[in-house]
Amino acid sequence: MNKSEITLNVNSEERSVYVRHSDTLLYVLREELGLTGAKPGCLNGDCGACTVDVDGQAMKSCLMLAIEAVGKKITTVEGLQNIPLKTAFIKKFAFQCGYCTPGFLMNSNSLINNYPQADDIQIKDCLESNICRCTGYKEIEEAVKSVLADGSTGNGNY
Amino acid sequence: MSWSIGHSVYRKDGLEKVTGRAKYTGDHSSKDMLHIKMVVSSYAHAKIKAINTTKALKVSGVRGIVLGQPFPLTGEEIKDRPPIAYDKVRYHGEPVAVVVADTALQAQKAAELIEVTYEPLPVVNSPKNALLPGAPLVHENLAVYERIEHVYPEANTNIADRIKIRKGCMNEGWKASHEMVEASFSFSQSDHMAMETRCVIAEIHPDGCVVFTSATQSPYMIKHLMSDYFNLEDGKIIVKTPLVGGAFGGKVAVQLELIAYMASLAVGGRPVKLVNTREEDMITSPVHIGLDATIKLGATKDGQLTAAEILYMFDTGAYSDKGATISRAAAVTSTGPYHIDNVWCDSLCVYTNHPYVTAYRGFGHSELSFAFERAMDMLAKKLDMNPLELRMKNAILPGQTTPTQIRLNESTVGNLPNCIETLKQQMNWNEGQVIPINDRKVRAKGISCIWKTSTIDSDASSGVILVFNRDGSVNIESGVVEIGMGTKTVLAQMLAEKLKMDVNKIFVKMEIDTQSIPEHWKTVASRGTLMAGRALLKAADDAIVQMKDIASRVLMCSPDELEVGNERVYVRDEPDIYIKVKDICYGYKYPHGYAIGGQVIGRGQYMLRHLTHIDPKTGVGRPGPEYTVAAQGAEIEFDTRDYTYKILKAYSVIDAGIVLNRKLAKGQVMGAMEMGLNFGSSETFVFSEQGEVLNSRLRTYTPFRYGDHPEYVVSFIETPYIESAYGARGLGEHGLIGMPAALANALSVASGMELNRLPLTPEAIWRKKIGVNEY
Ligand code: FES
Ligand code: FES
Repeated sequence: MNKSEITLNVNSEERSVYVRHSDTLLYVLREELGLTGAKPGCLNGDCGACTVDVDGQAMKSCLMLAIEAVGKKITTVEGLQNIPLKTAFIKKFAFQCGYCTPGFLMNSNSLINNYPQADDIQIKDCLESNICRCTGYKEIEEAVKSVLADGSTGNGNY
Repeated sequence: MSWSIGHSVYRKDGLEKVTGRAKYTGDHSSKDMLHIKMVVSSYAHAKIKAINTTKALKVSGVRGIVLGQPFPLTGEEIKDRPPIAYDKVRYHGEPVAVVVADTALQAQKAAELIEVTYEPLPVVNSPKNALLPGAPLVHENLAVYERIEHVYPEANTNIADRIKIRKGCMNEGWKASHEMVEASFSFSQSDHMAMETRCVIAEIHPDGCVVFTSATQSPYMIKHLMSDYFNLEDGKIIVKTPLVGGAFGGKVAVQLELIAYMASLAVGGRPVKLVNTREEDMITSPVHIGLDATIKLGATKDGQLTAAEILYMFDTGAYSDKGATISRAAAVTSTGPYHIDNVWCDSLCVYTNHPYVTAYRGFGHSELSFAFERAMDMLAKKLDMNPLELRMKNAILPGQTTPTQIRLNESTVGNLPNCIETLKQQMNWNEGQVIPINDRKVRAKGISCIWKTSTIDSDASSGVILVFNRDGSVNIESGVVEIGMGTKTVLAQMLAEKLKMDVNKIFVKMEIDTQSIPEHWKTVASRGTLMAGRALLKAADDAIVQMKDIASRVLMCSPDELEVGNERVYVRDEPDIYIKVKDICYGYKYPHGYAIGGQVIGRGQYMLRHLTHIDPKTGVGRPGPEYTVAAQGAEIEFDTRDYTYKILKAYSVIDAGIVLNRKLAKGQVMGAMEMGLNFGSSETFVFSEQGEVLNSRLRTYTPFRYGDHPEYVVSFIETPYIESAYGARGLGEHGLIGMPAALANALSVASGMELNRLPLTPEAIWRKKIGVNEY
């Protein structure tokens, strides 16, 4: 099992870490860097619980190798600065168990940043890659739309 | 004025959850931890001829391999299940061997090298087939298994339990009826699909203490069952449960804990971690029950129900675990929320070679409601009566009796007619059930009525401890697991109301540690609010007595003259004479140095009252305290050419008793409705002829995604349940229960066919239409 040392830029910090070439970004974030916000739900790309932001785009971290992320800017929910979005999720009761929440937050954040004028179809296109089993999705819809309507496009983190 | 009850207080766990700081079981790991990988059966029914571990043991990092043993056998009602299969496998996905290694990767590599030789056996692929004469037996030794007293397995059959309801006289019922319908209904097993897969960490300390961190709804049951199965001292089993990532009944079962314990034992007690993959979580761990049902209803010309003959054959899969209890829960409310004088019901818990089942949100009720509410619509059609009127006419009322012959009152049963009437208005029912949109599409509506009580152990109890901080704020310790429903936020609201204080000064401990937090039986059956709520009020009373005692000495009056509120203890009719709670909640110190009292610690417990077992011959008995009733509806747009449809609106009118936190309550109901619609429209396991599950992954199982959700119309009727804290009724499951039936009723009128099998995919409707592969 050969390991290489790589440096990842995560939440604006440079982190050096030894990885196997086949380690996924999700695995390295959680098991090597202790960032457990991104969650495993399927390891197949089906559920979106592992979503993080890579260079301004939502990315399922179970579908990306850690070594592919070298030189890119990675943001996990722990580094998410979009306060209006987080507040909206609390105020609209947009989660129950909260397991899907990091993924939905990261996905919604990239939606809001990239498509500040998103209509219903664009919102669906983005968010349908994530599964929430607790809520009726309506609460998530309300939270995301309330931030879009506000024009609060995150923090210009990118 | 209300301090907190009825307000939409934000969740106490909110900030942790939106910042990614919330920790779930799988988020805990350490360098000394070993990792477990299971080898699971590729057959649904087969003899295990040999297991060869030679190659696997050579993989570097492997520390141990555990195979099945004849004992202990486990199960909550019937001990029929070895934690790891022994001698034969009874379902596709059953664990047959377990590897422990330094890393998860090494464990997986080794698991792939274990060679299991099977000799396939004939497969029991449905409850109906299981009951045919000469069907293969899933358990040859059913008669000799250890079991609890109130379960009735039938030797040399596949029947794990049979619950009988015998109310009134069927002959008279049929004689009084003018019309009759009879039909069969069915659906296969499916999955809970909580987003967090089940996982556990276990270690055994040198002093013999077994410590688990588990994603479970039943930490206290793990303690109880571990001590029973492995003969361990109760006090030496410690279960910790952090936040749980959804459960829906799936995390009631005690399964992975047993395997992890055996694995830790094999490696000298070192900590081991077992995390289900999604695929394992779907079939290896227990699933949502399936059902074959036959219902025969009789009614007078004007729609009065006179007789119901009901046969429920539940698919419990390979082991009975909670299947027997679910079959019992379905029997006791078998008629839906209707008053019928003459009822005959046999509810069977049937073994098959399918994955074994555990509780699923609604605990037998969405299942029976689908069958019964479809039968009600068929009866309405035969009577040429409006289905809503038929339901109104037979709706259960205070003063009437349940199938188990318990007389109800307003407090215990609420107000179903009011729910139906409200639903009628909200759905604009009078516009008709099918409204053409164009030459191809129609809009159609369907309804259903539901009720549910809890069928849990009659001695289930719940305890709460309140510990005061120096500044007068309070910590709540309750054994309710926070699985997403927000009960702990509601407990804080109740305490704020009771002590008349700011809810922000109340802290709730989210994590469970069975060593220090008093037991809450299991976090199931929508029972948290009632049981923990009552325990909490008692604990608050206990704390109030202590505070008044200290305050009375400082204020030099009798404790009887004091009140607690606004963070003060004050004289009732002269509130200006008071002492602050913060000055007495750690005792009181007089100016010259003497001190009295000590930290205020309130304790309370609650046990359900007057519940009984069900009589094995007649079904008479009191299975649960109160009923929650509701009327629900679905409105769809149906394409008559290709049978696709869109769910436009979903309705729930629930008599929830008093609503304690409106937004939390609404969220519970909407989420449950979504789950019910998902179950009714697309969720199912697809079984091969050999009993293998063909779609055990999210890509082929089709969960609802963002955008599949309809518009929800949720409203509450509030008939207080007098026994509970602030009048609330159970609510966590009820939104789900009537949804599959309402959807099926809407699709049946839209398509002009009786759609009696779930899930209702466009393909299933098309097959029914052309009579291919008759479902
Ligand atoms: S874990 Fe990455 S999509 Fe499910
Ligand atoms: S909040 Fe539980 S899965 Fe979304």
